[in-house]
Amino acid sequence: MVKITIDGKVLEVDESKNLLEEVLSHGEDLPYFCWHPSMGSVGSCRQCAVIEYANDEDERGRLNMACMTSPREGARYSIEKASQFRAQAIESIMINHPHDCPVCEEGGECHLQDMTVMSGHNYRRYDGKKKTHNNQYLGPFIGHEMNRCITCYRCVRFYKDYAGGTDFGPQASHDNTYFGRWQEGPLESEFSGNLAEVCPTGVFTDKPFSKHYVRKWDLQTAPSVCAGCSVGCNTNPGERYGTLRRVVNRFNDEVNGYFLCDRGRFGTGYVNSDNRIKESMTRNSHDADPYLASTEEAKAQLQAMAGSAIGIGSPRASMEANFSLKQLVGSDNFYAGISALELGMSKQILDVYRSRPVNVANVVDIEASDAILILGEDLTNTAARLALALRQSVRNLGKQMARDMKFPEWQDAAIRQLTMDRKSPLFILSPHSTRLDDIAAHVQIGSAAHSANIGFAIAHEIDSSAPAVKGLGKDEQALVKTIAAALIEAKQPLIISGTSSMNPALIDAAANIATALNTEDKKANIALITPESNTLGLALLMGDSTASLDDAMSGESKSAIILENDLYRRAAVADVDAFLNGIDQLAVLDSLKTKTAEQANLVLAAGTSFETSGTFVNYETRAQHFYSVFKPEASIRPSTFWLSDLSLAELTQACAQSIVGGDGMSHLTPDAEDLVDMKGMKVPRQQHRYSGRTAMRADINVHEPKQEQDEEGIMSYSMEGISALKNATVFNTAWAGGWNSNQSVFKFQSHTGGALKQASNGQCLIQSTVKDKTWSEISEANNVASDFQAFPLYHLFGSEELTAHADAIQEKATGAYIALNEADAEKLGLQASDGVTVINAGNNSGSVPFIIRSSIAPGSVGISVGLEGLDIYNVAGSTLSLEKDNSWTAPTNWNMSNIIVSDKGAV
Amino acid sequence: MDKPLTKNIEEGRAPFNFKQYEAAGGYESVRKVVTMAPNDVVTLVKDAGLGGRGGAGFNTGLKWSFVPAPDGGPRYLVINGDEMEPGTFKDRLLMENDPHLLVEGMITTCFALQASCGYIFLRGEYTVAEERLLAAIAEAYENGMLGKNILGSGFDLDIYLHTSAGRYICGEETALINALEGKRANPRAKPPFPQVSGLWGRPTVVNNVETICNIPGIVVNGVDWYQGLGLGEFVGTRISGVSGRVNNPGCWEVPVGITFRQLLEDYAGGMQDGYELKAFLPGGGSTDFLMPEHLDLVMDPGAVQKAGSRLGTSLIMVLDDKTCPVGCIRNLIKFFAHESCGWCTPCRDGLPWTEQMLDKLEEGTGSLKDIEILKEMTGYMGIGNTFCALAPGAMEPLQSGLKYFIDEFEAHVDHGCGYSK
Repeated sequence: MVKITIDGKVLEVDESKNLLEEVLSHGEDLPYFCWHPSMGSVGSCRQCAVIEYANDEDERGRLNMACMTSPREGARYSIEKASQFRAQAIESIMINHPHDCPVCEEGGECHLQDMTVMSGHNYRRYDGKKKTHNNQYLGPFIGHEMNRCITCYRCVRFYKDYAGGTDFGPQASHDNTYFGRWQEGPLESEFSGNLAEVCPTGVFTDKPFSKHYVRKWDLQTAPSVCAGCSVGCNTNPGERYGTLRRVVNRFNDEVNGYFLCDRGRFGTGYVNSDNRIKESMTRNSHDADPYLASTEEAKAQLQAMAGSAIGIGSPRASMEANFSLKQLVGSDNFYAGISALELGMSKQILDVYRSRPVNVANVVDIEASDAILILGEDLTNTAARLALALRQSVRNLGKQMARDMKFPEWQDAAIRQLTMDRKSPLFILSPHSTRLDDIAAHVQIGSAAHSANIGFAIAHEIDSSAPAVKGLGKDEQALVKTIAAALIEAKQPLIISGTSSMNPALIDAAANIATALNTEDKKANIALITPESNTLGLALLMGDSTASLDDAMSGESKSAIILENDLYRRAAVADVDAFLNGIDQLAVLDSLKTKTAEQANLVLAAGTSFETSGTFVNYETRAQHFYSVFKPEASIRPSTFWLSDLSLAELTQACAQSIVGGDGMSHLTPDAEDLVDMKGMKVPRQQHRYSGRTAMRADINVHEPKQEQDEEGIMSYSMEGISALKNATVFNTAWAGGWNSNQSVFKFQSHTGGALKQASNGQCLIQSTVKDKTWSEISEANNVASDFQAFPLYHLFGSEELTAHADAIQEKATGAYIALNEADAEKLGLQASDGVTVINAGNNSGSVPFIIRSSIAPGSVGISVGLEGLDIYNVAGSTLSLEKDNSWTAPTNWNMSNIIVSDKGAV
Repeated sequence: MDKPLTKNIEEGRAPFNFKQYEAAGGYESVRKVVTMAPNDVVTLVKDAGLGGRGGAGFNTGLKWSFVPAPDGGPRYLVINGDEMEPGTFKDRLLMENDPHLLVEGMITTCFALQASCGYIFLRGEYTVAEERLLAAIAEAYENGMLGKNILGSGFDLDIYLHTSAGRYICGEETALINALEGKRANPRAKPPFPQVSGLWGRPTVVNNVETICNIPGIVVNGVDWYQGLGLGEFVGTRISGVSGRVNNPGCWEVPVGITFRQLLEDYAGGMQDGYELKAFLPGGGSTDFLMPEHLDLVMDPGAVQKAGSRLGTSLIMVLDDKTCPVGCIRNLIKFFAHESCGWCTPCRDGLPWTEQMLDKLEEGTGSLKDIEILKEMTGYMGIGNTFCALAPGAMEPLQSGLKYFIDEFEAHVDHGCGYSK
């Protein structure tokens, strides 16, 4: 730390940071555009100018950009004295900026507006014509209005440099610089939505939001947690007039930082969809017509099933909802709504976290890792935010080179130029090519069993007390040595695997490697991913029970309650039909009219995660509380309401007590007394500028009704209360005086880019304190001779159940397919877009379209997961026979154009 | 007088091939340098006092000395042959008419820098230079002056010629490096300087063509000889030239230390009949105007700086009394606005606005307010305020024009441009 003087004020600042960051950290206002806390400095916009004085005598000083300045001990700076230059810089930026604020989506949360006001430029002297550009169609997610561009280069620095996108960039030059694709077409990056937040003005906008746009201040918002995958990114969704309008990032330094993936941001359309279950319905028998049930009637009917019914839980329902079902039906009758294999693997993950000397990696740990091994997980499609983090991890070698040469770490462009394409090592063992291959030091294509074998061998290579693997070829042995050496040499090695490959041996291998790396002063990072938002929570809730969906379906029960779970997405149609036909009394609680819900005698309208509060447990076992954003129509209730008479807080506490290590779950929301100066007030979901409150129902009734009450928590559905401005413990919107855009988040951080001052980061329920090494034995490798070994192919857009219902996601989703490599396809006489019959997949059946992906392990067949039009489940790891189906013709709506396969020979 | 830069150049005669060049004493510096310690060569060049000929005039040997000690990795010499400064055509003369001199200078320099790879970044329009340099490089390979183990010394060197797609900003050394790497030609932040992290992130020296053409002579003949070439306290020779309405426009190798008047009258033959010298840009389009009263200044960076301008490339552009100074400045600003890379705000958005105001003055639709804003622009785009020196350079003719010709600017408000076009 050094002491500097700014306009007479003495500040203590960190000399390893740049002056802009430090000035902002001290609460000063200094305008900027091109700098971003996650992307560092490049010095292009010239907006954060300050005067730096050479010594005490110097009265003139030199104009410098604060973002490009390392604070010096004893140095004197002035923000004030450079104000004329900053106003000039804004004035010249604004000469081509249109006067369209009133019709611009960014208006009211525009960083450019804020900075213009802050700089003091308010009168236009330029009287020439404005430069105009053509806009491009960039796909269903992002709108493009280039005329608003101020050429700060943030978009391309995010898209290309930070997120590794290749289909977007700067074109032309001087004041004609253009940011777009080489030709119109959907943006390929899975992180394109962040452009809307990174762009300081309205060039890149959230397109689904634009379709039902309202101003930021008219949105009702609450802190939420994304239900799109097991990362649990923190979000601030916004609602108006009963519809969910958009999702923006909510900063959490340990989970998602400043960025979200496109599934999380654009996958919420299902909340407003026509496919919602809005009323509870009941019928006397399968064949009878359903009729509307009143809330009391529906709840009474459900409660009456207790005692005889089994309960089937869900990995996408909250802890509280699953817990209340378990309470209702009794532990012995409660089944996890996932296959025995998946449940077993989820519990296996918990066991690794508990009993191995490892550190479960959060996003900070991942970004700090300097050697990474991925075992059979297609991270971009199963936990996209972590794939984005890995793109930062591989830059650690460059950052180290920069430190050695005494460049500051914020010198983003300089570090990239210094390191060129040198990267920290990332190794991927996978049955197919993935979207991270471009940053990998080595990609080994092989079946899951093969990858696991190499993994076990790496563990043995690192620590010879780990079980050894026999029969590896020469090349494989060399690879094992290379990977082991890189992991040993690393300061912070990271192993990633997960359940998506449905192969427990991979998790065992990952655990063995992380264990082997453990030394007195080094604990390896591990991250084990599940595909859904609360899978690990569900596994925790199961305790010792192994009751899976398979068990439930093979049981004798005549009565069942299914919680937020479409069984047809988890097992073959014939199997589910057989099971449900045997049930006399079937109750389904869900938000969407699923195929399962259609079979029910009693359907209960359940709220989505945007309309209810509760807890999700992410891949780290981090329990995070999400607040309901808005109250849906009265007939839609949280699942916990239907299943229990306890309040949410009571359920949370009871659930916490019922699971081992669950204590952390009980402190996720602040008590009202903990909030500063609450004086009995709650935290408002509506902003201080929320408009039209008295008018919005005037077409129905001129009398303003009583405000909706939130009995559950410390937030209110109103404008009154203590807003996040005063206390960010419940951080539902980034907004500060003079800072109307999301850039204002630094006002709530302890240090620019660092943790929020007050808000909860969630609580990890398992933190290993184990020191002793234990090993998983090597499971038999599955040798495949003539048939094909199946592995799942996940898609960020389409594989997750709820988000797949969002219009924008559907536009990006592909049709279902299975995939082979070229040689195997040739052997079977298959050409791309032929139909294929899968022969021996149990009850799985049917013909499916087929594509060729060149980077697939020989003898492996990829089966797309969760995409419309494929009835094959739970076959991962098993062997399948394939046959060409000559009578197959592609359905008219079958569309593979959205598939982005990094290997060249696709489709 | 010795003319080490142009001794082999004769108008109308093809450039020397390898044999002819060698017969005229060529490649002697390579034979000598391989017997020396590399650091001694750096010291020799530093002591000679050779200033960079790209326009900044920084001591060449000193620039070389900032390259860190070899670490086993690659290091590069990059020749800046982009020559896009308006009114500047000296490197073209050297590359077209004595290409072996540049190749020899590069070999000697690379040895001093212990760089085993050199690039010539050539202005794309210089197709004759391209052809002749490629021939010279090929001959040098054939004769063992390039490639592996040069003259049995164990020193390896490869030279590549890269023709630019053509941007003024590529004359800025870090933008040039970006262009050479296949990236957008935007300048890089400094520090780090290219000597530390340059081409492909490795230590790199970027030198101008003429600068490197001086190296063979210095290495062969020594410091005293080189310093004796200049007049009085000044050292060496340089290529200076004149364009505009003079009797004999062109460029010549002149001893450093002559005055502008000597260049204009003795070499360029004075003004054409009917034209008076009104002002001149001393070293390219990005230097401040000097006036007739400055003609007796010595063409030395220090002396020119005292008079409020820069020597730049030392090829002067003459503004005569029949040419509109506002129009002249407008043309220059139009060029610079177009050549802005678009990276930093003042240059990207300030220059086009400046151009528009000058357009208006020329068309007779300008106002006094425009002139006020023009004055403000010269401060706004001043040195240090922008990412690189392009916009500050562009402001130099404007700010000096506003100083010397303010009456004419103001006359444009009432009457438009009174000069015949």
